[in-house]
Parts: sequence; structure tokens; C-alpha cells
Amino acid sequence: MKVERNCKIVHRSQTGDAVFMVLEAGDMVRTSYRNPGQFVHIRCGDSLLLRRPISVASCREDYPSDLVTIVFEVRGAGTAWLADRKLGERLDVMGLLGNGFPVKPEGRYLLVGGGIGVPPLWGCAQRTSGRSTAILGFRSKEKALMLDLFREDCAKALIATDDGSMGYHGFVDALVRQELEQDRAYNAVLACGPRPMLRNVAKAVKEFGVPCKVSMEERMGCGVGACLVCACDMKDGTRKHVCKDGPVFDAEEVDWDA
Amino acid sequence: MPEFDPELEKALAQLEKDLANLFAPEQPENSPAAPAVDMSVNLAGMTMKNPVVVASGTFGFGREYGEFYDLSELGGICAKGLTLHRREGNPAPRIAETPMGILNSVGLQNPGVDAFIAEELPFLRQYDVKVIANISGNTPEEYGIMCEKLAGAGVDMIEVNISCPNVKAGGLAYGTRPELAAEVTRMAKSHAGAVPVMVKLSPNVTDITEIAKAAEGAGADALSLINTIRGMRIDVNTRRPILKMNTGGLSGPAVLPVAVRMVWEVANAVKLPILGMGGVSSGEDAAQLMLAGAAAVAVGTACFADPFAPLKVRNGLAELAVEQGLSAVSQLTGGVKPW
Repeated sequence: MKVERNCKIVHRSQTGDAVFMVLEAGDMVRTSYRNPGQFVHIRCGDSLLLRRPISVASCREDYPSDLVTIVFEVRGAGTAWLADRKLGERLDVMGLLGNGFPVKPEGRYLLVGGGIGVPPLWGCAQRTSGRSTAILGFRSKEKALMLDLFREDCAKALIATDDGSMGYHGFVDALVRQELEQDRAYNAVLACGPRPMLRNVAKAVKEFGVPCKVSMEERMGCGVGACLVCACDMKDGTRKHVCKDGPVFDAEEVDWDA
Repeated sequence: MPEFDPELEKALAQLEKDLANLFAPEQPENSPAAPAVDMSVNLAGMTMKNPVVVASGTFGFGREYGEFYDLSELGGICAKGLTLHRREGNPAPRIAETPMGILNSVGLQNPGVDAFIAEELPFLRQYDVKVIANISGNTPEEYGIMCEKLAGAGVDMIEVNISCPNVKAGGLAYGTRPELAAEVTRMAKSHAGAVPVMVKLSPNVTDITEIAKAAEGAGADALSLINTIRGMRIDVNTRRPILKMNTGGLSGPAVLPVAVRMVWEVANAVKLPILGMGGVSSGEDAAQLMLAGAAAVAVGTACFADPFAPLKVRNGLAELAVEQGLSAVSQLTGGVKPW
């Protein structure tokens, strides 16, 4: 079941461009949690007709109110409005939406994130109790986020930056190759980030025969599967929908050439 | 094993309920206590318990919003537009936000009329709500085949889409030329049996009354308007249109005044009942369309910001009717007093 709830902002902090918020979400997690990597659809003021989909970084059932952590960057008018909200204010939130990453608590995963695609992987790290490995890519050291959280909740956390200002100088797919050459005993590679990164990661992972799941992004309308605007092209010629069928898809079923 | 304690179970159930209420945003009452005003309306012989329909293409086949509230609260559901065969629609991006509006270019993605009848119609039939199937064809013959199938399956009404701006074949062309609109209407009527046929008009014409009259002359039972208005938005940095199809259809509050004007013009030109739509998000918006001449109203884009919008529109209409001392909401229809 999906719900719409008025959620109180009970924590707000900012690291560089990334805004962290913890929301008191009522019964949202109890009623609609499926996996880490789902998203919430947040109304951003009265003048914007479309809600903004924001991935859930972490969530848990709590009493009396469940807690949902979101991490986002200001990209446009909607996220700018959201970033301006103060501690104690309330947000109109629909959730939890989408399928999320199919993570088994006893599993071990290679988590690959790029930029603002990093946050939803934190939930995957927490769910696997420190067994997973993270490979996180950012444009530069200044853009890096959540490093301490991943170091704490993963067996190992590797960093790549496009400009070499921190960690490996280059893209995450090179680190993915390195890691899988040494160790391919992962249940799956779980990736979230910009489309070109996902395509390259999917290509690298395929060489090692390890399953790969990717979280896709598309301009979204209703967020629940009714309006059909957030289409994602599949290899079999069909078009699925990021909000309802996704956002997580098997990398093998996505048409990367579309 | 712990003993079952009915008192404790009851207390826990109540606690769950209280918590849910505590966190629920202000939502419309599901069953307003004994409405002081008769909310029922008649649209071409189809009686609905209230005048609020959800617009085709914004509500899927009802399953998604059915998770938020009981679909029986609605007057009617216009199902997602169907074609004879399954369609995957246009490539993404298919949506762009505009000032108080959105542009879309979905392109009639749908599972096809047979899959609707087999899989979606039985779901909708669980609810006490009128089901309106919306159809688009590449040829007049396709409209006929679909009408026959849908009439056989027992939908309450067929909405003939001659105005989709997002498909290449047929679509908008049928809605912008009176003789084609008439041909499609005749074909639909002759294959729909006793099921009323409602023709959905495009606003992308110089004179919408010409098309309305053509549909009326060809035997349409009702008209619905407006479909979306063709529009475009460009990213000034990349110089690319936001929509992959370059252009799309505009909906949302920005189009309400256009819809009110066109409903008024059409109501003055033909005798057919009208389902008015375009940018409705409140009871007052709906009342404007009814005063302009609509017998019922559809809510579409408003659902994206607020899944409960159709119920709020219904309740707003009821309040407005009570305030104005009406005994029936249908008394609003055509009540505008033009200067």
C-alpha cells in the first residue's frame, strides 16, 4: 500500500550541495517498505504542479512515527524549494514508491554509486550489516558525500573522482573491474547514478558474469504508474515505467542504446 | 503460545487507526454525512452518483489510485486511451513542467483493447463507478472494431478520442476536420450498440463548434472537451526541447480558462451533454465548467500533485451548491449569465 503523509522534518543538515533530511513519516515504512532504494514523491510548494521524486537513503519503522532519511542536491526550482525548508516544517510526501534493490540481508553486494546516486545505496549497505563493498564516484573531493556512513556500514569503501582530487583518478567502472578481478563472490552489483555511468558499469559487470541491477532516472509525473510518462526503453522493445516497474531494473533488460 | 486477548487486540487495532489518522494529511471525508444536495448527474442517459470523472490518461486503469481511496467515491473513470493493438508510446522524456501546467507526449502507450477487456475491466467492475473506455484508431474501421468489442464487454460509455496531439496517424487529424470527425463518429455509433458514444474534441482548432456540430450531426450522444493544447518548452542551455517528441499537450490550471470558454461556445452551438475538462483542481473550477454548460467534469493533471484531488473537487462542488442554496448540483449546468 502507498500512502500520502504530512511529514515533519526532524533533522536537517547540509554537506556541500547535498541536503540531508530525516522525516517523521507516520506509518509510511510499515505500510509500504519493500526494499532499500525506493523513493518518495514530495510536493514542492503550491506553484509547482509536479512532485519531485527523491530517493530514500535509509528508513526504518519507529514508534510512534517511522523515520525516512533523504539526501538530495538542488537541481531546479523544486529541489531549491525543498532545500529551503526548515527544521520542524512539514512536507507532503507520497511513499514509499517503486521497487528498490532486491537485497537479501544475508547477501553480499558490490554497491556502485555516482554523485547524487550514492544515497540509496546506503540503505543496501545497512541491510547487509557491513558485508557489502562500496565503490563511490564523485566529480571531485568537494562533491563527495556520505563517505563516513559507507565506511562504517561496508566491509570496504573505495572512492573515485573525475579530477583525481580524492581516491582513484577516473570513473567507477574501472574500480568495478579491478574489484571483480580480485573477488567476484558478490550476489550482485547494485548501481545508481547518471545513465552513462550505469551503462559503463553494466558493461564491465557483464564481463564477469555477476548479476547487475541499476536504478534508473526519468522525468516523472504521478509517481505511482498511472500517467505513464517516465518511460524506460527495454531491450525487448517494450517501454517500462521507472516509478512503478522500477526504479531498479536488471541491467540486462535495459536498452542502453536507446 | 500467548493467549488471544480480544481486548488487547481491539486496543492495538484502535492504536493503529489513531496513528494512521494522526499522520494522515487532511483528506476528504469518504462518505459525507447525508449530503444536503443531490449530487447525481445524467450524461447521455448514464447516471452518475456525482459529476466528477477522472480524465483519460491521468488515472491509468484505476489500480494505482485505488490504493489511496475507494474508487466507488468517483462518478466515473475514463480509462487510459486504448488502441486496437498494444502500443509502447513515445520515447522519454515525455513530460515537462510549465507555468501552472504540464506538457506530455506519452503517445497512447496502452496494452490494447483486448487486454483491457480481459484484465482491466473486471478490476474496474468491482467498484460502483461508471466505466468509460477511451479509444483511438488509425482508421475509421479500427474505431468500429474497438466499439464492437467494448460494447460487447459492457462498458458504460465509449469516449472516442479524435484529438490526441501525440500520435502521427489519425489522432489529431480526425479532430481538426469536420468531415473526418463525422465519419469516425458514425463508424463508432454504428458499432457501439446501445452504449452511448462521447466524442472528445481537440482545442487545437480555429472553431471548435464546427467539429462539435459535425459530431452531433453524425449521431454522437455526448461531447467531452478539452483535450490538451499543443505546446513546447525549450531548455535554453542545451537548446533542446524538453520533450523527446519536441512538442506535446498542455494540461493543468493554465488551460482552465480555455476549457471554460470552449465548453461555453460548444454548449451554445449544440444540444449534446458535455463532459467538461481542462485544469480542474477545485470545486470552484468544476463549477465554472458546469456553469459554462458542462453536465459533468473530469479531473486529470490535478491528481499528480494530489491523488485525492477528484474527491476534493466533488466535496468542493457539494459545498458550493449548498452555499448557493441549490437542491441539485445539476442546476449549475448552463447557468452562466453572460453579459
